[in-house]
Amino acid sequence: MKYIDEYRNGRLTHDIARQIASTADPARSYHFMEFCGGHTHVISRYGLEDLLPDNVRMVHGPGCPVCVLPIGRIGAAIALAMRPEITLCTYGDLMRVRDRNGWSLLKAKAAGADIRMVYSTLDALRIAEAEPQREVVFFAIGFETTTPPTALALKTAIARKLGNFSIFCNHVVTPAAIHSILESPDVREFGTIKIDGFIGPAHVSAVIGTKPYEFFAEKFRKPVVVAGFEPLDVIQAVLMLLRQINDGRHVVENQYIRAVTRLGNVKAQAEVANFFEPRESFEWRGLGELRLSGLRLRPQYAAYDAEKRFSMVTFRAEDNPACECGSILRGVKKPADCKLFGRVCTPDTPIGSCMVSSEGACAAHWTYGRFRTKARQSDAGRAVA
Amino acid sequence: MCLAIPVEVREVLPDEMARVTLDGVSKMISTALIDDVRPGDYVILHVGYALTKINPEEAERTLALIQEAAMGNAT
Repeated sequence: MKYIDEYRNGRLTHDIARQIASTADPARSYHFMEFCGGHTHVISRYGLEDLLPDNVRMVHGPGCPVCVLPIGRIGAAIALAMRPEITLCTYGDLMRVRDRNGWSLLKAKAAGADIRMVYSTLDALRIAEAEPQREVVFFAIGFETTTPPTALALKTAIARKLGNFSIFCNHVVTPAAIHSILESPDVREFGTIKIDGFIGPAHVSAVIGTKPYEFFAEKFRKPVVVAGFEPLDVIQAVLMLLRQINDGRHVVENQYIRAVTRLGNVKAQAEVANFFEPRESFEWRGLGELRLSGLRLRPQYAAYDAEKRFSMVTFRAEDNPACECGSILRGVKKPADCKLFGRVCTPDTPIGSCMVSSEGACAAHWTYGRFRTKARQSDAGRAVA
Repeated sequence: MCLAIPVEVREVLPDEMARVTLDGVSKMISTALIDDVRPGDYVILHVGYALTKINPEEAERTLALIQEAAMGNAT
Protein backbone atom coordinates (compact mmCIF):
# COMPACT_ATOMS: atom_id res chain seq x y z
CA MET A 1 0.00 0.00 0.00
CA LYS A 2 1.40 3.33 -1.05
CA TYR A 3 2.77 5.55 1.74
CA ILE A 4 2.77 2.57 4.12
CA ASP A 5 4.88 -0.29 2.74
CA GLU A 6 7.89 1.86 1.84
CA TYR A 7 8.11 3.03 5.47
CA ARG A 8 8.17 -0.55 6.75
CA ASN A 9 11.44 -1.59 5.13
CA GLY A 10 13.15 -3.92 7.61
CA ARG A 11 16.62 -3.66 6.08
CA LEU A 12 16.59 0.15 6.25
CA THR A 13 15.25 0.01 9.81
CA HIS A 14 18.19 -2.20 10.84
CA ASP A 15 20.62 0.10 9.00
CA ILE A 16 19.32 3.12 10.90
CA ALA A 17 19.47 1.17 14.16
CA ARG A 18 23.18 0.56 13.44
CA GLN A 19 23.64 4.30 12.90
CA ILE A 20 21.91 4.92 16.23
CA ALA A 21 24.31 2.50 17.93
CA SER A 22 27.31 4.29 16.47
CA THR A 23 25.89 7.76 17.20
CA ALA A 24 24.98 7.09 20.85
CA ASP A 25 27.70 8.08 23.28
CA PRO A 26 28.50 4.90 25.25
CA ALA A 27 29.40 7.01 28.29
CA ARG A 28 25.84 8.26 28.75
CA SER A 29 22.24 7.09 28.55
CA TYR A 30 19.37 8.56 26.55
CA HIS A 31 15.68 8.39 27.47
CA PHE A 32 13.08 9.47 24.94
CA MET A 33 9.37 9.68 25.68
CA GLU A 34 7.00 8.79 22.89
CA PHE A 35 3.95 10.75 23.95
CA CYS A 36 1.46 9.12 21.64
CA GLY A 37 -0.13 5.70 22.08
CA GLY A 38 0.13 5.14 18.33
CA HIS A 39 3.91 5.28 18.65
CA THR A 40 3.84 3.03 21.73
CA HIS A 41 1.97 0.44 19.67
CA VAL A 42 4.39 0.68 16.72
CA ILE A 43 7.45 0.43 18.99
CA SER A 44 6.08 -2.76 20.58
CA ARG A 45 4.66 -4.27 17.40
CA TYR A 46 7.87 -3.96 15.40
CA GLY A 47 10.20 -4.64 18.31
CA LEU A 48 11.97 -1.33 17.78
CA GLU A 49 13.28 -1.20 21.37
CA ASP A 50 15.20 -4.41 20.72
CA LEU A 51 17.01 -2.71 17.85
CA LEU A 52 18.21 0.13 20.07
CA PRO A 53 21.40 -0.04 22.10
CA ASP A 54 20.97 -0.58 25.85
CA ASN A 55 21.75 3.07 26.63
CA VAL A 56 18.91 4.37 24.39
CA ARG A 57 15.56 3.70 26.05
CA MET A 58 11.98 4.61 25.24
CA VAL A 59 9.64 5.88 27.95
CA HIS A 60 5.94 5.39 27.19
CA GLY A 61 3.84 8.53 27.69
CA PRO A 62 0.17 9.22 28.41
CA GLY A 63 -0.97 9.79 24.84
CA CYS A 64 -3.73 7.21 24.69
CA PRO A 65 -7.10 8.95 25.16
CA VAL A 66 -8.87 5.75 26.23
CA CYS A 67 -6.21 5.20 28.89
CA VAL A 68 -6.39 8.70 30.38
CA LEU A 69 -10.20 8.98 30.44
CA PRO A 70 -11.17 8.96 34.14
CA ILE A 71 -13.44 6.09 35.09
CA GLY A 72 -15.93 8.56 36.55
CA ARG A 73 -16.65 9.76 33.02
CA ILE A 74 -17.16 6.16 31.87
CA GLY A 75 -19.57 5.67 34.79
CA ALA A 76 -21.48 8.80 33.76
CA ALA A 77 -21.73 7.55 30.16
CA ILE A 78 -23.00 4.14 31.33
CA ALA A 79 -25.60 5.78 33.61
CA LEU A 80 -26.77 7.91 30.69
CA ALA A 81 -26.92 4.94 28.31
CA MET A 82 -29.13 3.03 30.77
CA ARG A 83 -31.87 5.67 30.35
CA PRO A 84 -34.58 4.28 28.05
CA GLU A 85 -34.76 7.27 25.70
CA ILE A 86 -30.99 7.40 25.08
CA THR A 87 -28.99 5.92 22.21
CA LEU A 88 -25.30 6.24 23.04
CA CYS A 89 -22.93 6.20 20.06
CA THR A 90 -19.30 5.46 20.84
CA TYR A 91 -16.01 4.56 19.22
CA GLY A 92 -15.25 0.88 19.75
CA ASP A 93 -12.13 1.65 21.82
CA LEU A 94 -14.29 2.58 24.81
CA MET A 95 -16.52 -0.47 24.99
CA ARG A 96 -14.48 -2.51 27.48
CA VAL A 97 -13.30 0.18 29.92
CA ARG A 98 -14.69 -0.58 33.37
CA ASP A 99 -16.21 1.94 35.75
CA ARG A 100 -15.80 1.84 39.53
CA ASN A 101 -18.50 -0.84 39.81
CA GLY A 102 -16.86 -3.10 37.24
CA TRP A 103 -19.39 -2.16 34.59
CA SER A 104 -18.44 -1.37 31.01
CA LEU A 105 -20.40 -0.12 28.02
CA LEU A 106 -20.25 -3.69 26.71
CA LYS A 107 -21.89 -4.98 29.89
CA ALA A 108 -24.47 -2.19 29.82
CA LYS A 109 -25.29 -3.07 26.21
CA ALA A 110 -25.75 -6.71 27.21
CA ALA A 111 -28.07 -5.51 29.97
CA GLY A 112 -30.27 -3.78 27.41
CA ALA A 113 -28.84 -0.27 27.03
CA ASP A 114 -28.99 1.09 23.49
CA ILE A 115 -25.26 1.51 22.84
CA ARG A 116 -23.96 1.51 19.29
CA MET A 117 -20.37 1.33 18.14
CA VAL A 118 -19.70 3.78 15.34
CA TYR A 119 -16.70 4.31 13.09
CA SER A 120 -17.35 8.01 12.63
CA THR A 121 -19.44 10.93 13.88
CA LEU A 122 -21.07 10.73 10.43
CA ASP A 123 -22.65 7.42 11.54
CA ALA A 124 -23.97 9.00 14.74
CA LEU A 125 -25.55 11.81 12.71
CA ARG A 126 -27.17 9.27 10.38
CA ILE A 127 -28.67 7.44 13.38
CA ALA A 128 -30.05 10.72 14.79
CA GLU A 129 -31.66 11.54 11.44
CA ALA A 130 -33.07 8.06 10.90
CA GLU A 131 -34.50 7.76 14.44
CA PRO A 132 -35.90 11.15 15.46
CA GLN A 133 -37.74 9.57 18.41
CA ARG A 134 -34.40 8.61 20.06
CA GLU A 135 -32.06 10.95 21.96
CA VAL A 136 -28.75 10.24 20.24
CA VAL A 137 -25.65 11.11 22.29
CA PHE A 138 -22.17 10.88 20.83
CA PHE A 139 -19.52 9.88 23.40
CA ALA A 140 -16.68 12.11 22.20
CA ILE A 141 -13.14 11.34 23.32
CA GLY A 142 -9.71 11.87 21.88
CA PHE A 143 -6.90 14.30 21.34
CA GLU A 144 -6.69 17.02 18.70
CA THR A 145 -6.86 14.41 15.92
CA THR A 146 -10.37 13.37 16.86
CA THR A 147 -11.78 16.76 17.92
CA PRO A 148 -12.33 18.29 14.45
CA PRO A 149 -14.65 15.43 13.39
CA THR A 150 -16.71 16.10 16.54
CA ALA A 151 -16.81 19.83 15.74
CA LEU A 152 -18.04 19.08 12.21
CA ALA A 153 -20.71 16.73 13.56
CA LEU A 154 -21.98 19.55 15.77
CA LYS A 155 -21.88 21.96 12.83
CA THR A 156 -23.91 19.52 10.71
CA ALA A 157 -26.41 18.85 13.51
CA ILE A 158 -27.02 22.58 13.89
CA ALA A 159 -27.35 23.10 10.12
CA ARG A 160 -29.84 20.21 9.83
CA LYS A 161 -31.66 21.26 13.03
CA LEU A 162 -31.18 17.82 14.58
CA GLY A 163 -32.82 18.44 17.94
CA ASN A 164 -32.21 14.87 19.12
CA PHE A 165 -28.39 14.91 18.76
CA SER A 166 -25.95 15.88 21.51
CA ILE A 167 -22.33 15.39 22.51
CA PHE A 168 -20.78 14.10 25.73
CA CYS A 169 -17.49 15.91 25.33
CA ASN A 170 -14.27 14.46 26.78
CA HIS A 171 -11.80 15.88 24.29
CA VAL A 172 -8.35 16.67 25.65
CA VAL A 173 -5.35 18.61 24.41
CA THR A 174 -1.78 17.44 24.02
CA PRO A 175 0.33 20.45 25.10
CA ALA A 176 -1.21 20.49 28.59
CA ALA A 177 -0.26 16.85 29.13
CA ILE A 178 3.32 17.34 27.94
CA HIS A 179 3.56 20.38 30.21
CA SER A 180 2.30 18.38 33.19
CA ILE A 181 4.92 15.68 32.59
CA LEU A 182 7.74 18.19 32.32
CA GLU A 183 6.55 20.07 35.41
CA SER A 184 5.93 16.93 37.45
CA PRO A 185 8.06 16.37 40.57
CA ASP A 186 9.09 12.98 39.10
CA VAL A 187 10.91 14.81 36.33
CA ARG A 188 11.91 18.08 37.97
CA GLU A 189 12.77 17.16 41.57
CA PHE A 190 13.16 13.44 42.14
CA GLY A 191 14.64 12.47 38.81
CA THR A 192 12.45 9.36 38.90
CA ILE A 193 11.83 9.87 35.22
CA LYS A 194 14.65 10.93 32.98
CA ILE A 195 13.42 12.42 29.73
CA ASP A 196 16.00 13.74 27.31
CA GLY A 197 13.63 14.35 24.42
CA PHE A 198 10.19 13.71 22.98
CA ILE A 199 8.85 11.97 19.93
CA GLY A 200 5.92 14.21 19.05
CA PRO A 201 2.57 12.78 17.92
CA ALA A 202 1.91 12.19 14.23
CA HIS A 203 -1.70 13.00 13.53
CA VAL A 204 -2.27 15.34 16.44
CA SER A 205 0.52 17.37 14.84
CA ALA A 206 -1.13 17.12 11.41
CA VAL A 207 -3.92 19.18 13.02
CA ILE A 208 -2.08 21.49 15.45
CA GLY A 209 1.24 21.72 13.58
CA THR A 210 4.71 21.64 15.11
CA LYS A 211 4.56 25.21 16.45
CA PRO A 212 2.97 24.37 19.87
CA TYR A 213 6.03 22.24 20.79
CA GLU A 214 8.48 25.12 20.29
CA PHE A 215 7.63 26.44 23.76
CA PHE A 216 8.61 23.12 25.42
CA ALA A 217 11.79 22.79 23.44
CA GLU A 218 12.77 26.32 24.49
CA LYS A 219 11.58 26.43 28.11
CA PHE A 220 12.59 22.92 29.16
CA ARG A 221 15.55 22.60 26.78
CA LYS A 222 14.24 19.28 25.42
CA PRO A 223 14.38 18.36 21.76
CA VAL A 224 11.12 17.30 20.08
CA VAL A 225 10.90 15.35 16.84
CA VAL A 226 7.42 14.92 15.37
CA ALA A 227 7.30 11.48 13.74
CA GLY A 228 5.00 9.44 11.53
CA PHE A 229 3.46 6.15 12.65
CA GLU A 230 5.51 3.69 10.61
CA PRO A 231 8.57 1.91 12.03
CA LEU A 232 11.03 3.75 9.79
CA ASP A 233 9.51 7.06 10.86
CA VAL A 234 9.99 6.26 14.54
CA ILE A 235 13.54 4.90 14.24
CA GLN A 236 14.56 7.92 12.15
CA ALA A 237 13.08 10.21 14.81
CA VAL A 238 15.20 8.48 17.48
CA LEU A 239 18.32 9.13 15.38
CA MET A 240 17.32 12.77 14.93
CA LEU A 241 16.84 13.16 18.71
CA LEU A 242 20.22 11.56 19.40
CA ARG A 243 21.96 13.90 17.00
CA GLN A 244 20.28 16.92 18.56
CA ILE A 245 21.43 15.89 22.03
CA ASN A 246 24.95 15.11 20.90
CA ASP A 247 25.10 18.52 19.21
CA GLY A 248 23.70 20.28 22.32
CA ARG A 249 20.59 21.43 20.43
CA HIS A 250 16.99 21.42 21.64
CA VAL A 251 14.67 22.42 18.83
CA VAL A 252 11.51 21.07 17.22
CA GLU A 253 12.20 18.99 14.14
CA ASN A 254 9.64 17.47 11.83
CA GLN A 255 10.30 13.96 10.54
CA TYR A 256 6.70 13.61 9.29
CA ILE A 257 6.99 16.30 6.63
CA ARG A 258 4.71 14.41 4.25
CA ALA A 259 1.69 15.17 6.44
CA VAL A 260 2.68 17.81 9.03
CA THR A 261 3.50 21.50 8.65
CA ARG A 262 4.52 24.07 11.23
CA LEU A 263 1.04 25.64 11.39
CA GLY A 264 -0.98 22.44 10.91
CA ASN A 265 -4.50 22.24 9.51
CA VAL A 266 -5.74 25.79 10.10
CA LYS A 267 -9.22 24.96 8.80
CA ALA A 268 -9.61 22.15 11.34
CA GLN A 269 -8.31 24.37 14.14
CA ALA A 270 -10.87 27.05 13.24
CA GLU A 271 -13.74 24.55 13.31
CA VAL A 272 -12.66 23.36 16.77
CA ALA A 273 -12.34 26.95 18.06
CA ASN A 274 -15.83 27.78 16.75
CA PHE A 275 -17.54 25.14 18.85
CA PHE A 276 -15.25 24.32 21.79
CA GLU A 277 -13.57 26.24 24.59
CA PRO A 278 -11.00 25.13 27.19
CA ARG A 279 -12.20 23.82 30.55
CA GLU A 280 -10.54 25.37 33.59
CA SER A 281 -9.30 21.92 34.45
CA PHE A 282 -9.99 18.31 33.50
CA GLU A 283 -9.19 15.06 35.27
CA TRP A 284 -6.79 12.64 33.57
CA ARG A 285 -6.62 9.07 34.76
CA GLY A 286 -3.19 8.58 36.28
CA LEU A 287 -2.24 12.26 36.09
CA GLY A 288 -4.98 13.94 38.14
CA GLU A 289 -6.47 17.36 37.39
CA LEU A 290 -4.65 19.22 34.63
CA ARG A 291 -5.29 22.90 34.04
CA LEU A 292 -6.70 23.89 30.63
CA SER A 293 -6.28 20.34 29.39
CA GLY A 294 -9.83 19.55 28.30
CA LEU A 295 -12.46 21.05 26.03
CA ARG A 296 -16.19 21.66 26.41
CA LEU A 297 -18.88 22.99 24.11
CA ARG A 298 -19.19 26.76 24.06
CA PRO A 299 -22.20 28.03 26.11
CA GLN A 300 -24.21 29.00 23.01
CA TYR A 301 -24.34 25.29 22.07
CA ALA A 302 -25.65 24.15 25.48
CA ALA A 303 -28.64 22.49 23.77
CA TYR A 304 -26.19 20.05 22.15
CA ASP A 305 -24.14 19.51 25.31
CA ALA A 306 -25.22 16.17 26.79
CA GLU A 307 -23.77 17.05 30.21
CA LYS A 308 -26.10 20.04 30.51
CA ARG A 309 -29.01 18.61 28.58
CA PHE A 310 -29.27 15.46 30.69
CA SER A 311 -27.84 16.91 33.95
CA MET A 312 -25.10 14.29 33.89
CA VAL A 313 -23.24 13.68 37.14
CA THR A 314 -19.60 12.56 37.18
CA PHE A 315 -18.26 10.96 40.35
CA ARG A 316 -14.56 10.98 41.04
CA ALA A 317 -13.49 7.37 41.23
CA GLU A 318 -10.25 5.82 42.33
CA ASP A 319 -8.51 3.08 40.38
CA ASN A 320 -7.92 -0.37 41.83
CA PRO A 321 -5.24 0.34 44.48
CA ALA A 322 -2.99 -2.43 43.14
CA CYS A 323 -3.09 -1.00 39.61
CA GLU A 324 0.07 0.82 38.52
CA CYS A 325 -1.45 2.52 35.46
CA GLY A 326 -0.95 5.97 36.97
CA SER A 327 2.80 5.44 37.30
CA ILE A 328 2.97 3.73 33.91
CA LEU A 329 1.19 6.65 32.20
CA ARG A 330 3.76 9.05 33.69
CA GLY A 331 6.64 6.84 32.60
CA VAL A 332 7.68 6.08 36.20
CA LYS A 333 7.04 2.33 35.93
CA LYS A 334 6.85 -0.26 33.18
CA PRO A 335 3.95 -2.71 32.63
CA ALA A 336 5.88 -5.69 34.01
CA ASP A 337 6.38 -3.77 37.29
CA CYS A 338 2.66 -4.10 38.06
CA LYS A 339 1.69 -7.19 40.03
CA LEU A 340 -1.70 -7.34 38.27
CA PHE A 341 -0.08 -7.45 34.80
CA GLY A 342 -0.71 -10.72 33.00
CA ARG A 343 -2.36 -12.27 36.05
CA VAL A 344 -5.78 -10.75 36.62
CA CYS A 345 -5.19 -7.89 34.18
CA THR A 346 -5.06 -8.94 30.51
CA PRO A 347 -6.65 -7.47 27.36
CA ASP A 348 -9.59 -9.87 27.88
CA THR A 349 -10.09 -8.76 31.48
CA PRO A 350 -8.54 -5.30 31.76
CA ILE A 351 -8.35 -3.92 35.30
CA GLY A 352 -6.35 -0.83 34.45
CA SER A 353 -6.67 1.68 31.65
CA CYS A 354 -3.34 0.84 29.99
CA MET A 355 -4.62 -2.67 29.24
CA VAL A 356 -7.92 -1.59 27.66
CA SER A 357 -6.78 0.00 24.44
CA SER A 358 -4.34 -1.65 22.05
CA GLU A 359 -2.38 1.61 22.27
CA GLY A 360 -1.98 1.35 26.03
CA ALA A 361 1.52 0.52 27.24
CA CYS A 362 0.33 -2.64 29.06
CA ALA A 363 -1.73 -4.00 26.15
CA ALA A 364 1.15 -3.36 23.74
CA HIS A 365 3.58 -5.10 26.08
CA TRP A 366 1.17 -8.02 26.62
CA THR A 367 0.65 -8.51 22.88
CA TYR A 368 4.21 -8.05 21.66
CA GLY A 369 6.71 -7.34 24.41
CA ARG A 370 6.43 -10.07 27.03
CA PHE A 371 7.70 -12.78 24.69
CA ARG A 372 10.82 -10.76 23.98
CA THR A 373 11.33 -10.23 27.72
CA LYS A 374 11.08 -14.00 28.26
CA ALA A 375 13.47 -14.64 25.37
CA ARG A 376 15.98 -12.19 26.80
CA GLN A 377 15.71 -13.82 30.24
CA SER A 378 16.27 -17.31 28.82
CA ASP A 379 19.20 -16.03 26.71
CA ALA A 380 20.70 -14.52 29.86
CA GLY A 381 20.12 -17.81 31.70
CA ARG A 382 21.90 -19.76 28.97
CA ALA A 383 24.77 -17.29 29.02
CA VAL A 384 25.18 -17.79 32.79
CA ALA A 385 24.99 -21.58 32.42
CA MET B 1 -7.00 6.15 18.74
CA CYS B 2 -5.16 8.70 16.64
CA LEU B 3 -4.14 6.13 14.07
CA ALA B 4 -5.06 7.16 10.57
CA ILE B 5 -4.29 5.71 7.18
CA PRO B 6 -3.25 7.09 3.80
CA VAL B 7 -5.99 6.51 1.22
CA GLU B 8 -6.32 7.51 -2.42
CA VAL B 9 -9.14 9.81 -3.52
CA ARG B 10 -10.94 8.21 -6.48
CA GLU B 11 -13.92 10.53 -6.85
CA VAL B 12 -14.85 13.93 -5.45
CA LEU B 13 -18.53 13.99 -4.45
CA PRO B 14 -20.97 16.79 -3.53
CA ASP B 15 -21.34 18.06 0.06
CA GLU B 16 -17.59 17.88 0.77
CA MET B 17 -17.52 14.10 0.46
CA ALA B 18 -15.24 11.82 -1.54
CA ARG B 19 -14.94 8.19 -2.50
CA VAL B 20 -11.56 6.76 -1.52
CA THR B 21 -9.86 3.42 -1.89
CA LEU B 22 -7.40 1.51 0.25
CA ASP B 23 -6.06 -1.73 -1.11
CA GLY B 24 -9.19 -2.19 -3.19
CA VAL B 25 -11.62 -1.33 -0.40
CA SER B 26 -13.82 1.61 -1.33
CA LYS B 27 -15.26 4.03 1.23
CA MET B 28 -17.11 7.35 1.37
CA ILE B 29 -15.41 9.94 3.56
CA SER B 30 -15.79 13.60 4.46
CA THR B 31 -13.31 16.09 3.03
CA ALA B 32 -14.78 19.07 4.93
CA LEU B 33 -11.53 19.63 6.85
CA ILE B 34 -9.31 20.08 3.80
CA ASP B 35 -9.37 22.21 0.65
CA ASP B 36 -8.88 21.53 -3.02
CA VAL B 37 -9.23 17.75 -3.11
CA ARG B 38 -8.71 16.04 -6.45
CA PRO B 39 -8.85 12.46 -7.69
CA GLY B 40 -5.41 10.91 -7.31
CA ASP B 41 -4.63 12.83 -4.12
CA TYR B 42 -3.68 10.78 -1.08
CA VAL B 43 -5.21 11.90 2.21
CA ILE B 44 -4.79 10.82 5.83
CA LEU B 45 -8.11 9.24 6.85
CA HIS B 46 -9.19 9.28 10.49
CA VAL B 47 -12.66 8.27 11.77
CA GLY B 48 -14.29 9.01 8.43
CA TYR B 49 -12.65 12.38 7.80
CA ALA B 50 -9.66 13.42 5.71
CA LEU B 51 -7.35 15.24 8.14
CA THR B 52 -4.70 16.39 5.72
CA LYS B 53 -3.32 15.74 2.26
CA ILE B 54 -0.10 13.79 1.86
CA ASN B 55 2.55 15.84 0.14
CA PRO B 56 4.10 13.47 -2.42
CA GLU B 57 7.32 15.50 -2.79
CA GLU B 58 7.88 15.49 0.99
CA ALA B 59 7.14 11.77 1.12
CA GLU B 60 9.89 11.18 -1.46
CA ARG B 61 12.22 13.51 0.41
CA THR B 62 11.62 11.58 3.66
CA LEU B 63 12.57 8.32 1.96
CA ALA B 64 15.69 9.94 0.51
CA LEU B 65 16.65 11.25 3.98
CA ILE B 66 16.07 7.80 5.47
CA GLN B 67 18.30 6.24 2.80
CA GLU B 68 20.99 8.81 3.58
CA ALA B 69 20.67 8.25 7.32
CA ALA B 70 20.92 4.49 6.83
CA MET B 71 24.20 5.01 5.02
CA GLY B 72 25.54 7.14 7.85
CA ASN B 73 25.04 10.62 6.43
CA ALA B 74 23.49 13.32 8.62
CA THR B 75 19.72 13.74 8.24
